[in-house]
Amino acid sequence: MIISELKPLPEILGYLDKDKKIFIVGCKGCAEVCQTGDEPQVLDMKQKLEQEGKTITGHCVVDFLCDKALIKTRLFTHEDEIDAADSLLVMTCGIGVQATAAVVNKLVHPAANTINVGGVGGTWRGSERCRECGDCVLDLTGGICPLTACTKWLVNGPCGGAKNGKCEVEPDVRDCGWHLIYERLKKLGQLDKMRTIAPVVKNYAKMQPPKALRSSIMWALEQQETKV
Amino acid sequence: MSLREKFQNGKFVVTAEIGPAKGVDVHEFNENADLLKSRVDAVNCTDQQSAVMRLGSLAACHLLKQKGIEPIFQMTCRDRNRIALQSDLLNASVMGIENVLCLTGDYVTLGDHPDARPVFDLDSVSLLYAARQLEQGKDLAGKELKGTPKFFLGACVTPGADPIEPQLIKMERKVKAGAQFFQTQAIYESKTFEAFMKEARKFGVPVLVGIVVLRSAGMAKFMNKNVAGIHVPDELINEMDKAENKLDKGVEISARLINEMKGMCQGAHIMAIGLESKVPAILDAAKL
Repeated sequence: MIISELKPLPEILGYLDKDKKIFIVGCKGCAEVCQTGDEPQVLDMKQKLEQEGKTITGHCVVDFLCDKALIKTRLFTHEDEIDAADSLLVMTCGIGVQATAAVVNKLVHPAANTINVGGVGGTWRGSERCRECGDCVLDLTGGICPLTACTKWLVNGPCGGAKNGKCEVEPDVRDCGWHLIYERLKKLGQLDKMRTIAPVVKNYAKMQPPKALRSSIMWALEQQETKV
Repeated sequence: MSLREKFQNGKFVVTAEIGPAKGVDVHEFNENADLLKSRVDAVNCTDQQSAVMRLGSLAACHLLKQKGIEPIFQMTCRDRNRIALQSDLLNASVMGIENVLCLTGDYVTLGDHPDARPVFDLDSVSLLYAARQLEQGKDLAGKELKGTPKFFLGACVTPGADPIEPQLIKMERKVKAGAQFFQTQAIYESKTFEAFMKEARKFGVPVLVGIVVLRSAGMAKFMNKNVAGIHVPDELINEMDKAENKLDKGVEISARLINEMKGMCQGAHIMAIGLESKVPAILDAAKL
């Protein structure tokens, strides 16, 4: 189970500042349970964005957004609506955002933060990884997470340690995360995202499971389970 | 005259670096410092270079300062979180150390304590930003300081990176965050450096071309294979290979590179890596 919670609307609107037409993606997996990306939340977001003057070209709730094969199958029937959109808004955990970004040739924005559960990341079938940092930056990075793709967790661009697109730490097996981000943003014509932003100073306090989560029923059930 | 003033006066600035010892024997460090004193404008002290634990950069800068040498305090984000980094910036300030080179730092597994926990709470860009905040009387948490420090902030860039665009984007971000001068990674091809400077010039900050002194053809080949952004061309490798006296050849090539590139930038930064005693000979040969 991956816990996500919706970002404040002004933050989402900030991401969508330059985009007029949006396609919304939800998820029937964990995001359904967390009530961040199920049908009702997607429709609610649609309405809110329309009130802000955006056009919603379409929306789709995928069974498990961590599964790229499923995403492709489900989004296939919405091809025209996605083509018509300036960007996609994904209302799930960081895995769902990254998996969607990997299969569509459009800019993808996260609508949620992934909350830390203190160690259990759930399971998924793709290569995407999420640190559950509680303050998702995928909007800035073309839908590739710098905290998992970069060995040093750098959030302000590449270090000088990449050679031929590979990380110097283990060049045989690791890509340079920022090289991937650069290539993705370049392909999308969005390199300004790397250039214009103010220095990002991460709030690592958000990487602890929040008190509200520790006092939830779900958390209590997990504690129960370990005692059995 | 401070480093800042030298740039303001349009002087071609020469800096060199010394790596502090692994241990507390500062004999060699002092010898090298004395050799460099009258020849260079400032001396960098590396911050546990290549993630190898050793005497720290701040203490080494303090030793230089006592000798009347202008130090450049190298700081990496690998080993300290934002609390320690900001505190060390304040520490530097009360020791009269103004020049700070803000770096991200090599990853821990590349060094001699691969089991250590990597920090990287900040990075080069956010460290520059933090130093700027301190200068404005506030720390990263927005709390007010009693007495504000003053810095001259430097950063690093890799002119030989391929592709170069991500490096230029990051350089721009470093300038915006507060970088006032740049010392580059080593570069052995003046044409590549010229193309880089054509783009970098528009940021309006002084750039010191990085020179790493070659010791042998094998060292050049090793760097080509293993060090990001460094490419020693075949002609230089052959030259080193054929040379009878490798050290003299390394000195000659370093001086030649400085002369080829000095018209394109505002200074040179010599990284001798163990050959600090050869720096005066390089400067003689380069007529600096």
